[in-house]
Amino acid sequence: MAIEVRIPTILRTYTDGAKQVEGTGSTLGELLADLDSKHGGLRDRLVDDGGLRRFVNVYLNDEDVRFLAGLDTPVKDGDTVTVLPAVAGGAS
Amino acid sequence: MLTIPRDLYDKIVAHARADHPDEACGVLAGPAGRDRPERFIPMTNAARSPTFYEFDSTEQFQVWKEMDDRDEEPVVIYHSHTATEAYPSRTDISYANEPGAHYVLVSTRDADQAEFRSYRILDGQVTEEPVTVE
Repeated sequence: MAIEVRIPTILRTYTDGAKQVEGTGSTLGELLADLDSKHGGLRDRLVDDGGLRRFVNVYLNDEDVRFLAGLDTPVKDGDTVTVLPAVAGGAS
Repeated sequence: MLTIPRDLYDKIVAHARADHPDEACGVLAGPAGRDRPERFIPMTNAARSPTFYEFDSTEQFQVWKEMDDRDEEPVVIYHSHTATEAYPSRTDISYANEPGAHYVLVSTRDADQAEFRSYRILDGQVTEEPVTVE
């Protein structure tokens, strides 16, 4: 079972420069744990004590997983998970 | 150094003025690896705030996917400050996650004269760069 995970530029230091890696799991949470076992430290950039980090966007196919079930979102073979750091900032 | 066509410069300033007093934000896409901004992509500020901006996550996905399909990258990420100078704040620096992009700040604090400045932000370090409008 393989799920394709697209990695943004800023996190490719964890994947030896790869823009795409593969992982397994039946939920997003399991998938991230699997990725972390191969690319140590990656999970910490995506998840904190409260769940998915506030300014990191994770998508299952075309949907932001915040609108699905977050870390409990089911994933399956053939799915594509995309990670994009949020673009944000401001004067304050 | 940021080299930017006049029409894209004008579009960014117009966008910032139109959204004032909320912060405006957006992207200039260009062909991957060429460091030339070519395509203007104004983004919705999901925060709709005079002191904070954030790209809507679904819109960001669509724009990033389209850039990928077109073999483009985000050459410029711009946003406006509506009451302060056109210089990156601590928040701007901590959320600067596109290492290859030029970060453009526009200030609309003055009704007549917009300030337009560009920066590289890498590993928490801000370096201002000259802007050439062509």
